[in-house]
Amino acid sequence: MTTAAALPREDSFLQRLSTSLYLRPRLLLLMLLGPPLLWLGVIYLGSLFALLAQSFFAVDEFSGVVVQEFSLANWTGFVTNPANGDIVLRTFLMALVVTIAAALIAFPVAYYMVRFAGIRTKAVMYLGVMLPLWSSYLVRVYSWKLILAKEGIVSWVMAQLHLTWLLDAALATPVVGGPSLSTSYIGTFLVFTYIWLPFMILPVVAALERVPGSVIEASGDLGADPGQTFRKVIFPLAFPGVVAGSIFTFSLTLGDYIIPGIIGSSTPFLGQAVYSQQGVAGNIPLAAAFTVVPIVIMGIYLTLAKRLGAFDAL
Amino acid sequence: MNATGAPAVAFDRVSRTFGEVRAVDDVSFRVEDGEFFSMLGPSGSGKTTCLRLIAGFEQPSSGHIQVHGVNVGGVPPYRRDVNTVFQDYALFPHMNVGENVEYGLMIRKVPKAERRRQAEEMLAMVKLDGLYARRPGQLSGGQRQRVALARALINRPRVLLLDEPLGALDLKLRETMQAEIKAIQRHLGITFVYVTHDQGEALAMSDRLAVFNQGRIEQIGAPAEVYDHPASVFVAGFVGQTNLLDGYLAQRIGGFPATFSIRPERIRVAGEEGGFGFDIASIHGRIAAITYLGATSRLNVQVDGGELIVVEPNVDGGVAPPDRVVGAEVRLTIDRKHIQAVTDAS
Repeated sequence: MTTAAALPREDSFLQRLSTSLYLRPRLLLLMLLGPPLLWLGVIYLGSLFALLAQSFFAVDEFSGVVVQEFSLANWTGFVTNPANGDIVLRTFLMALVVTIAAALIAFPVAYYMVRFAGIRTKAVMYLGVMLPLWSSYLVRVYSWKLILAKEGIVSWVMAQLHLTWLLDAALATPVVGGPSLSTSYIGTFLVFTYIWLPFMILPVVAALERVPGSVIEASGDLGADPGQTFRKVIFPLAFPGVVAGSIFTFSLTLGDYIIPGIIGSSTPFLGQAVYSQQGVAGNIPLAAAFTVVPIVIMGIYLTLAKRLGAFDAL
Repeated sequence: MNATGAPAVAFDRVSRTFGEVRAVDDVSFRVEDGEFFSMLGPSGSGKTTCLRLIAGFEQPSSGHIQVHGVNVGGVPPYRRDVNTVFQDYALFPHMNVGENVEYGLMIRKVPKAERRRQAEEMLAMVKLDGLYARRPGQLSGGQRQRVALARALINRPRVLLLDEPLGALDLKLRETMQAEIKAIQRHLGITFVYVTHDQGEALAMSDRLAVFNQGRIEQIGAPAEVYDHPASVFVAGFVGQTNLLDGYLAQRIGGFPATFSIRPERIRVAGEEGGFGFDIASIHGRIAAITYLGATSRLNVQVDGGELIVVEPNVDGGVAPPDRVVGAEVRLTIDRKHIQAVTDAS
């Protein structure tokens, strides 16, 4: 004597649409992922490949017009000019040193934030790390120019501390030195490190957050002193975070053209070369060749990082 | 350095406070060498803090702790001859099973081949032969538990600390692991200090157990002693099920005003003829509810002044006697030696 209970009826179009999507999760996924994938594929990667393809064109020397035919002339010219090698090496070394410095500064900061700071301190530190990212990049770089200038804050503080000799000694160092901090590689390095530091701290914090306290205790429990625990457990587990951060600091330094233009010696970096070839000289093929360089370097870098096992613990 | 005959662990008036909270409050006890000692209590009762005090992860705010006769005040975990099995296993995710087990030996710079040999031996003991090269992430919860056990035992500690090691496992596996952990303890003959909130586990495994409540120990004793003679209302209620009587019903059954604990299985449903005598208390009641529990049935019996829970075995193939129906009038008898006066200390 049971009467079949009727299911609530689906009247509206939206209700029927919901049901039909619920029953076809793949269609829903396609609808959600399709537009962004198309954007990424066509607009982003497409333009990148178009640029790379241009590196195989060449500029007609008389007319200055880009000849749209496949040729290796652009690449031959790029490789055989020793000045280009200097630019690549200079930028690569700067990116490397900035990355190492950022990692060395970021690790203790991140470790303190994760292991020792209370909730409030941690929030303040997060804010401190993020805050610079919310203000204008240019303003920060120019303010560093004031800090590092010959009559700037750093030299004043050094004078007050009777440490002017130290600053002078640093500036007298061959290659990296210069007339003042703001016109030397030391200055460029300081500003790069400052600007990209948050991009190192945040992934390292995220990596350290994922290391359970009990794992660190277990290491000590099994006889490892704090130094051994750091080397055998904490650092290997946080290493993927350092690698993630270094991908940011390294590639951002490789590509940046503003900081070395404002602070440092007047020798060009990769980003400046791309900018001037494309914008000022109108030599798109050569600019494209310069663009390939950081992509190749990052490719090698990621391969090495993978070999090092940086992604094993992910 | 180690005094012979000293207890494996001795707490002498130990307190540990976190801000205003007294997590461990003036606790003293001794764990004998080779004993399986459980610390039982609800969460927040101080049992895990006591374990961490032995391991060295916490330092006492006051009092002294000795491990094998040596005062361990100010000694960090890595210099203590104790090892811990953690509640969440705490396996190193970047190492394989073998490297996890070998970790203690690696730290002590034991040669690779010898490490490997001992690790394989330990893995065989916990029945994980052949899993040396697996990653912890590829193991089931029970297998991870075994790795954690092997890793903690490879240093041959004199005291092994286990912090709710079976808490995350399902019932069947938990029972198997209880038996195995007990067997390993007998085989190695070392002291186990075992933290659990599961009273059944503590009763089944321990030589002696301490019942913790609000940072203090309410009772220490052998399982049967604690179960049959609970020292306090808290112990009676936490270890096993019980009927707590006070007021009129206590006076009526116990014979004097106090709080009494009577285990449900000690109460008999007697006929009108049997079970009289000086040693027997008896009371009439009416069955208010019957719950079938498989091996046993639970009767809620309404008596004058309250309700008594009676648990009786289902012996006759599930066919209950004719008077076991809701509403039936029954006569309950209790041997007076099972009526346990308890203090209401806390």
